[in-house]
Amino acid sequence: MALKAGASVLRLTALRSTAVRLLSTHTRPEVEQNKTKNAEFPGAKAPYVTEMKFLNETSYDPIPIYRVLDNDGSVIEKREEPSIDKDELINMYKTMVQITQLDKILYESQRQGRISFYMTNYGEEGIHIGSAAALDPRDLVFSQYREVGVFLYRGVTVTELINQCYGNHEDSGKGRSMPIHYGDKQRNLVTISSPLGTQIPQAVGAAYALKRQPDNDRCVICYFGDGAASEGDAYAAFNFAATLDCPVILFCRNNGYAISTPTSEQYKGDGIAARGPSLGINTVRVDGTDTLAVYNAVKQAREFAIANNKPVLIEAMSYRVGHHSTSDDSTAYRSVEEIQKWANDESPLLKFKLYLESKGIWSEDAEKATLKESRDRVVRTMQDAEKKKLPHWKEMFEDVYYDMPPRIQKQMQQMGEHLKKYPDKYPLDKFQTD
Amino acid sequence: MASLVTKKSLFVRLVKNVNDCTKRLSSHFIYYPDDGKPVEGETTKMNMMQAINNAMDLTLKTDPTAVVFGEDVAFGGVFRCALGLQEKYGKERVFNTPLCEQGIAGFGIGLATAGATAIAEIQFADYIFPAFDQIINEAAKIRYRSGGLFDCGALTIRTPCSAVGHGGLYHSQSPEAFFAHVPGLRIVVPRGPITAKGLLLSCIRERDPCLFLEPKILYRSASEEVPVEDYTLPLGKAEVLRQGDAATLIGWGTQVHVLLEVAQMADEQLGVKCDVIDLQSILPWDEDTVCNSVKKTGRCVIAHEAPLTSGFGAELAATIQEECFLHLEAPVSRVAGWDAPFPHVFEPLYLPDKWRCLQALKDTLDY
Repeated sequence: MALKAGASVLRLTALRSTAVRLLSTHTRPEVEQNKTKNAEFPGAKAPYVTEMKFLNETSYDPIPIYRVLDNDGSVIEKREEPSIDKDELINMYKTMVQITQLDKILYESQRQGRISFYMTNYGEEGIHIGSAAALDPRDLVFSQYREVGVFLYRGVTVTELINQCYGNHEDSGKGRSMPIHYGDKQRNLVTISSPLGTQIPQAVGAAYALKRQPDNDRCVICYFGDGAASEGDAYAAFNFAATLDCPVILFCRNNGYAISTPTSEQYKGDGIAARGPSLGINTVRVDGTDTLAVYNAVKQAREFAIANNKPVLIEAMSYRVGHHSTSDDSTAYRSVEEIQKWANDESPLLKFKLYLESKGIWSEDAEKATLKESRDRVVRTMQDAEKKKLPHWKEMFEDVYYDMPPRIQKQMQQMGEHLKKYPDKYPLDKFQTD
Repeated sequence: MASLVTKKSLFVRLVKNVNDCTKRLSSHFIYYPDDGKPVEGETTKMNMMQAINNAMDLTLKTDPTAVVFGEDVAFGGVFRCALGLQEKYGKERVFNTPLCEQGIAGFGIGLATAGATAIAEIQFADYIFPAFDQIINEAAKIRYRSGGLFDCGALTIRTPCSAVGHGGLYHSQSPEAFFAHVPGLRIVVPRGPITAKGLLLSCIRERDPCLFLEPKILYRSASEEVPVEDYTLPLGKAEVLRQGDAATLIGWGTQVHVLLEVAQMADEQLGVKCDVIDLQSILPWDEDTVCNSVKKTGRCVIAHEAPLTSGFGAELAATIQEECFLHLEAPVSRVAGWDAPFPHVFEPLYLPDKWRCLQALKDTLDY
């Protein structure tokens, strides 16, 4: 009985498979084919092997670091020298100098209690300017918090930056965020947010929206650090960018430290770049202290991303020469010698300056004048920014919703009544009035 | 002589900086140190950072399974609470993690599930949200969903919270109410060094996962004579710090100090005495102490830094009206951060400072 039943099941199966064969346009794989070298699993098309072997980072060569300039500012391979006109090259360098002067003075001003917080960009100026110069001003930028050069290069003025640091009434962020949380809608610079890595999947989503616009010729660039790349958001972003075909440049500034945590404790394996190919993303690693290498990488990444609607991952290697922020003293976890070595031997400014000098378009006189000019600009602007009132206290309640709900209106009214009762208990003279 | 002048001007500048910082940092409250001693024996002056360090030190010394970890913890953490612990106990027990809060929480749950004592640090409470899934869906529910087979009670997550004078949106938040909606967690907020040490040691040893929220402004500005030896303070218990009959003032963390000053002002200016309650444990919370006090005074002001709507004050107010309805002489009053994100330059106007709390007390008394 059992045998019979078994036989009929077999017959049924045979019938069904014949039917399937007749209906299907695919030919049923023969048992013999399992002996071939290539598997066709939905999740992996790969060869079969009979030797079991673990793979690790030593199974592959380290991803090389692309550079254009040598440490002395000379072009290593002539064909790799980008054609950037003289005025733009000078503008690039001047902006780099402006970053350093902004950093010096604002860092010091925090130490004097004039602003509440600051983060410097020392060592990464080449990343900012090389990438910003290679982009179209209409490309949308999602930054982390150490990319002020991108803002400057886009045309954000020192005045606008310093107003933000003071949170005065001319700050476009209306005094709500800590210093250095810049944003500029006109210049396509999405306002910076403190939580790490959150901007990466957002950038991918934005790229998807751009892609759907007719005749799109814009891309998105997203900056993030080697630390932020450990957040779950970073993995999500990479995977979304690849699977949803988004024209986004995922730009990792690998500066060696996330506050005190060195990259040796942040990841094992070959850096952030190694994650790109594993997720199907075109990837390149560049010397972030070489402005021209960054420029070339971003230029090509941009062209590729827009032409193909695909992401590109760039890992720019550099060194965070400054402390993490004004709340940090990095000598607690790294030696002064280490910092000095990078500050002196691998200065992106110096390399770029030597390059300009070798082209005969920069001189010591120009250097001195630029230094003075950019320094004076910051000092002058700070003096002005300090005198400006903070925004009206009612701004505290605005923009929570598009239209202020009744409950918040009520709270604003309560605050107003309270201030009338206790005017001398609050620093109202610092704020704008009705 | 020239060097002396330079030194002097440097010194003057330094003093000026410190003064500026102090002015900026502690504008909204005066610190009221605890005068009592939770246990007999030797004490030493510690600020809250040192008291927390001391609690972790004692744990690492006595519990060989204990590990301390989080972003930048190896060098002591950004607030230096773990200072010197790696040198003392080694890299295997005190270590940096990659920058990933969900990883830190999940890793801690795993440690605790496998029998280790896990003390995790999330660098700022504002950055705990990527770990929300792990904390809410895993830590708080493991015992329940496994029928008691597994638990992660040996997990304590420490995180700095609340206003600091200049933290803006993402270095100022007080997220206790988000977590208070989740049965299975314990949430604790100390008001100073003595409570920090005793409550943290309780959290670490407690058989439920604990979220220990440390008001970061107190790390250095609060110092007390802290018992040197090991001691614990009870979880789930509030503490009545001042006795009175006019009203009950309830707060936690930094806000306790605001309310202590308000009670003093009420005494001096209005001639009334208030109960001041430090809730300490947000979840589970001490209904008896709170309701007994409100039944006695008939009036209640609750104050917290987190926004008003759905802040933990809402839970207190609801329970108080349920339990003390016939005793109430006035509606329960809540003074809180406004229903807006925590703003940078508006901080002095955003916080439920002593003037707003005093006015709420006056309104409650005059009702």
